[in-house]
Amino acid sequence: MKSLILTTAALALTAGMGLADTVRLGTEGAYPPYNFLNDNGEVDGFERELGDELCKRAELTCEWVTNDWDSIIPNLVSGNYDAIIAGMSITEEREEVVDFTQGYTPPSPSAYAALSADVDLTGGVIAAQTATIQANHVVDTGATLVEYPTPDETLAAVRAGEADAVIADKDYLEPEVEASDLIFVGDDVPLGGGIGMAFRESDDEMRAKFDAAITSMKEDGSLNTLIEKWEVGGTW
Amino acid sequence: MSCFETIQDYAFRSLGYGERLLPRSDFTLCEHFTLIGSGMIWNIYYGVLAVVTGFFLANLLAVAKNSNSSWARKPAEWFIFLFRGSPLFIQFFFAYSLFLNLKSVSSFFDPLSSAWAGALIVLFLNTAAYSAEIFYGALQSIPRGDIEAADAYGLTGWSRFRKVMWPTTMRLAWPAYTNEAIFLFHATTLVFVSGFPAWRQKGDALYYAKYLADKTFNPFVPYPILAFYFILLTLVIIFFFGLINKRLNRHLPQSQRTKVKYKPNLMR
Amino acid sequence: MRSAIFSFCSDPATLETFQWMSCYLTTGKHMAFYVSFGTVLLLLAFAAPSALLFGFGGAMAARARFLPLNWLGRGYIAIVRGVPDIAFFLFFVIALDQGLEYLRHKVKCPDWDQPIRQGNDFIVCDIAKLPLGNSAQWIHETYGFALAVVTFAIVFGAFAANVLYGAMQAVPHAQIETAEAYGLTPRQTFWRILVPQMWTYALPGLSNLWMVLIKATPLLFLLGVEDIVYWAKELGGSKTANFTAYPHPDWRTQYFLALLVFYLAFTKVSEVVLNRITTRLSHGQATLAGEAQRKTT
Repeated sequence: MKSLILTTAALALTAGMGLADTVRLGTEGAYPPYNFLNDNGEVDGFERELGDELCKRAELTCEWVTNDWDSIIPNLVSGNYDAIIAGMSITEEREEVVDFTQGYTPPSPSAYAALSADVDLTGGVIAAQTATIQANHVVDTGATLVEYPTPDETLAAVRAGEADAVIADKDYLEPEVEASDLIFVGDDVPLGGGIGMAFRESDDEMRAKFDAAITSMKEDGSLNTLIEKWEVGGTW
Repeated sequence: MSCFETIQDYAFRSLGYGERLLPRSDFTLCEHFTLIGSGMIWNIYYGVLAVVTGFFLANLLAVAKNSNSSWARKPAEWFIFLFRGSPLFIQFFFAYSLFLNLKSVSSFFDPLSSAWAGALIVLFLNTAAYSAEIFYGALQSIPRGDIEAADAYGLTGWSRFRKVMWPTTMRLAWPAYTNEAIFLFHATTLVFVSGFPAWRQKGDALYYAKYLADKTFNPFVPYPILAFYFILLTLVIIFFFGLINKRLNRHLPQSQRTKVKYKPNLMR
Repeated sequence: MRSAIFSFCSDPATLETFQWMSCYLTTGKHMAFYVSFGTVLLLLAFAAPSALLFGFGGAMAARARFLPLNWLGRGYIAIVRGVPDIAFFLFFVIALDQGLEYLRHKVKCPDWDQPIRQGNDFIVCDIAKLPLGNSAQWIHETYGFALAVVTFAIVFGAFAANVLYGAMQAVPHAQIETAEAYGLTPRQTFWRILVPQMWTYALPGLSNLWMVLIKATPLLFLLGVEDIVYWAKELGGSKTANFTAYPHPDWRTQYFLALLVFYLAFTKVSEVVLNRITTRLSHGQATLAGEAQRKTT
């Protein structure tokens, strides 16, 4: 489903490029610091800067599109945009349907956050966003899973006492924990194989371009700079 | 795993019985049908209870709205306007946050924040408002002759209402009321979409259809199956309401009977 | 880099409540929120007549003597109305989009030798894409909006078809017989006698349908249109200071309250307008309402 454009980005027309097809980047726009809408309603965050830089290096014109998390993969394979760059962890399940680039963040842990330290993480009530690897993990631990459609509502559920704890990417929880009375509880949980961009399986050529761009950003250290700037977990 | 085993494992998954883990890969059609069918239990639960309880409140509201006393009429009018004038989606949202606040007041309200009680209350109030409007319309269109005849027999007050007005109201309202019931059943799919969270992956038919669409990344199988179940359910509702309609019309000559036609009179 | 309407908005953290509010409510994000009210109204403005058109076609098909057409009409009405609209919305837009692209692909790229479905992927040749891959964003948006309009039109067209079908049946039979007696052809009878008279019978049903349509708009975000519910959720969610100049706790209740007021007001206005139309249409009609008007004047 087509969505509102947030801006046209990274115009990188170099000599020799005949057909300047735009690459449409799909994101959720509700998962800071990875991607969120800033006060002007534009896509902002770590992935916004990363995506713009990658497009520049791959000499492509890119456009940002937001799409509901629930239908983000069906809309990719049906061709409504060309890539997903939305804090999406690389998992086997997803690999069956889409192809990922190499991870642009190292595998980052998920974490539990709660209002008090004495929460039962395997027997209590844990909130998670629907259709995430964290939701799957909660089911596996045997805890009671409560699902909400957006990450924001999972936090609200803990604050309201509906759930004992929330599980999400640690990088997402970090600023929330800093700014409110939530605290981290339990050990970090390593889930997923890092975060990558997802492409249609038939789009190998484009995926290779972005893959190469990620490699070059890793090599010259600019990726690490970005990661540190937005505090999205460990560097390479 | 044979289809029979799948049914054993998942037929009552929506209630928390059977296999705890939902299937995660290599989905079969059988799993689709079983899980979504299992979720239908909740849709039927919400639909049946809300229609039955809503029916009584709707009658009260309709009589109140028809009353000459503004003390009775005004609140009924406002209630009906509020629930008919706003989307159910938003009603669910407000109910959920209200119930969360009530919960912190007293543990008596604890069940309200879970869907089985909270969403049921919203659906109950919502269908009561819609049905009340239908009943009120019917009450207004009772033929004058009926009431004059009742007066001539010396019937007054409660017995006039009970023996003459109410049966006619029901008879006139029934076709439209049937539609309202169907729409209410359709509206039960909104429960887990807006506000109320799903616990332990126990959800309604749409919840499981969404789960399957999310895992298989293919919306073209689960949603048509959901549609299939609902078409069946609609047929069943029409059948039962048709039986009642027949009973309500049994004293009339064949040609004057109103038929239950599925008409989109009211929806949310 | 924020472009603000008021010059004092450059550092919101230092502002008093009132000024803070006036800055907060004029951010680009809020502007998008306000625009989305227009989107919803625009959708209704397009969807209502299109649904009526679908409804008219459906009702005519259901009345047709030609059996396959008759079944098509009846099937359309029965199936679409038997299914909750939300279930329809969740897969229909993608299906419609793929269907259109498939048709264009067949016409525009007859020499294409690769399969259209490669595993999970749905691939058509570049010039068959809708909209074209290199078209501007507003074209993508408009196309998405158009798909939403068509989806609404198909769903509510089925309901409208049922209302119109009933209204066509309700026109007194004597009117048709009289027309035939005057030697009008069936086509003339339909367009000159039946259609002009059926509206008064259809109006109560259509009014209801309009109310229903208004209240179905919160489901627009399922169709990928960023509507008022989407923005209310986005703006209302709690915000930390890292990512916005206007941090605030969970304000969804306030935002949804605004939506509630909008819907109630819109319903009220619609009721008033529809009542007026009903009164006008009843004028001179051989119905109870028309009779009542005749007596009072």
